[in-house]
Amino acid sequence: MKPRSDYEHSLWRRLVRFVDGETLEDVEKRAEELQEKSAKSQVEADIRSEQILEEEEDEEDKDNREEKENRKRELEKAHEKEAAAMLEKYKNWPKEHGVKIFGRLYAVMAVVLCLIIIVTLLVTVSYLPEFGQPDNPNNNEVVRRYNADGLEETGATNAVAGMILDYRAFDTLGESHVLFVAACCVMILLRLELTKDGKPTDKKRASEENDRLYEPKNDKILQGSAKILVPVIILFGIYVILNGHLSPGGGFSGGAIIGAGLILYLNAFGFEKTTRIMNRKNYAVISVVPLLFYAMAKGYSFFTGANHLESGIPKGTPGAILSAGLILPLNICVGIVVACTMYNFYTLFRKGGM
Amino acid sequence: MTEWFRFAVTALFLAGALSMAVISVAGVFKFKFILNRMHAAAICDSFVLLLAMIGVAVSYGFSAATLKVCLIVLLIWMASPVSGHLIARLEVTTDKHLSEECEVRE
Repeated sequence: MKPRSDYEHSLWRRLVRFVDGETLEDVEKRAEELQEKSAKSQVEADIRSEQILEEEEDEEDKDNREEKENRKRELEKAHEKEAAAMLEKYKNWPKEHGVKIFGRLYAVMAVVLCLIIIVTLLVTVSYLPEFGQPDNPNNNEVVRRYNADGLEETGATNAVAGMILDYRAFDTLGESHVLFVAACCVMILLRLELTKDGKPTDKKRASEENDRLYEPKNDKILQGSAKILVPVIILFGIYVILNGHLSPGGGFSGGAIIGAGLILYLNAFGFEKTTRIMNRKNYAVISVVPLLFYAMAKGYSFFTGANHLESGIPKGTPGAILSAGLILPLNICVGIVVACTMYNFYTLFRKGGM
Repeated sequence: MTEWFRFAVTALFLAGALSMAVISVAGVFKFKFILNRMHAAAICDSFVLLLAMIGVAVSYGFSAATLKVCLIVLLIWMASPVSGHLIARLEVTTDKHLSEECEVRE
C-alpha cells in the first residue's frame, strides 16, 4: 500500500476541518508556519554549531576540560530555552485552542442533549392513550366521584373550587405558604433597613428620592383615570373572590386583580396615600392572620373528617352566596394573601420597603 | 336570508379589523422612533378592538355577553390611552436626543 499524498483531502480530514471550523487554507498556512519555524530553528542550530566550531578552532590551544564545560553550558542553555518555550506554549494552550475546542464541544453537546430530550418526549407521547377514549386511565373513580357527589359533598357549584379548597385543600394551603415564603425571602433580600433609632438610612432616603425621578409625579391624567378605574378593579376582584364557589374564579385570581388595583393606585397617588393602610405592620398582620386561619380551619375539618366526626360547618344551599361550608372563607383568606404579596413585591422591588 | 346578512356584516367587520391590525403591526416595525411607533400600536388597542368586538357581537347575537364585551371595550379604551400617555411622558423625560425625532417647543 502506498501512503496517500493528498492526506488533507481525505474524508476524515475534511470532517475534522468541518468540525474545527477551519478551511484548507488555514491548514496550509499553519503548515507553512511550521516549516518556517523549523527552518529558522535549523538555521539557528547551524549558527550555533558554527560558533562552537569557531570557538573550538580559536581555543584549540586552551584546556580541553574548559572547552568541554563551555559546550556543556551552551547546550544546557539551549535546552532551557526550549523548555521555556514549551512551557509558554503549554500555558497558552487553553487560551489559544482550549476555549475554541470547549465552545465547539459545548455546542455539539447542547444539540445532542436537546435531540435526546426531544426524542424521549416524542416517544413518550406516542405511548400515551388517545384523547377522549372512555377507557383512558384519567377516567377513573376520582373523576366520577367529583362529578357525581362533588356538589353534594362540598356544596360548591364551581367544581374546581370544590376540588382545590375542599378535597385538596392541603395542597392550596401549601401554595399560599409558598407565596408567603417568597414574600419573606424578597423582604430579606431587598428591604432597606432603618437605623437603630428608627430613622431611615442614607441609602433608603436616596432610593426614596430617586424613586419618582422618572415616574409620573402627580400626573393629572393618570390620577383621573385611576379614580374611576381603581374602585371598579377592586370591586371586581372582591366579586371574583366572593363568587369563587359559584362561578369560575376564586382566591388566586381575585387576589391578583385586587393587587393590580392597589399597584395602580400606588402609581397614581404615590406612597403617602397607600402606606396609610398598607404599611409593614399591617402587612404582617393581614398576611399572617389569614394563613393561620386557613391552617386552623382546615386542620379542624381534616381532624373531624378523618375521625368520622360531625364538623358542624353548615353546607348551605348550593348556589347561594353563603354556602359551601369553608370554601368561601378560605377563598377570602387566599385572596388577601395573594393581593398583599403582589403589592409587597411591587413596593420592595421599587424602593425596598413599604 | 338574515343568516347570510349577519354573516356578511360579521365578515365585513372582521376583515376590517384584520386589515387594520396588519397596518398597525407594519407601522410598529416600520417606524424608527418610539412616539411614531406608539401611534401605530394604538390602532390595535382602539380601532381593531372595536371592529373585532362588533363583529363578534353581531355573529353571536345580542345578549348579556354583548354588554360584557361593551364593558371590555370601555375598560381598554380608558386604560390604553393613559398607559400610552405615561410611556410618551417617560420617553420625553428620558430621551436626550428628542429633537432628532420631533419638533420640540422650548
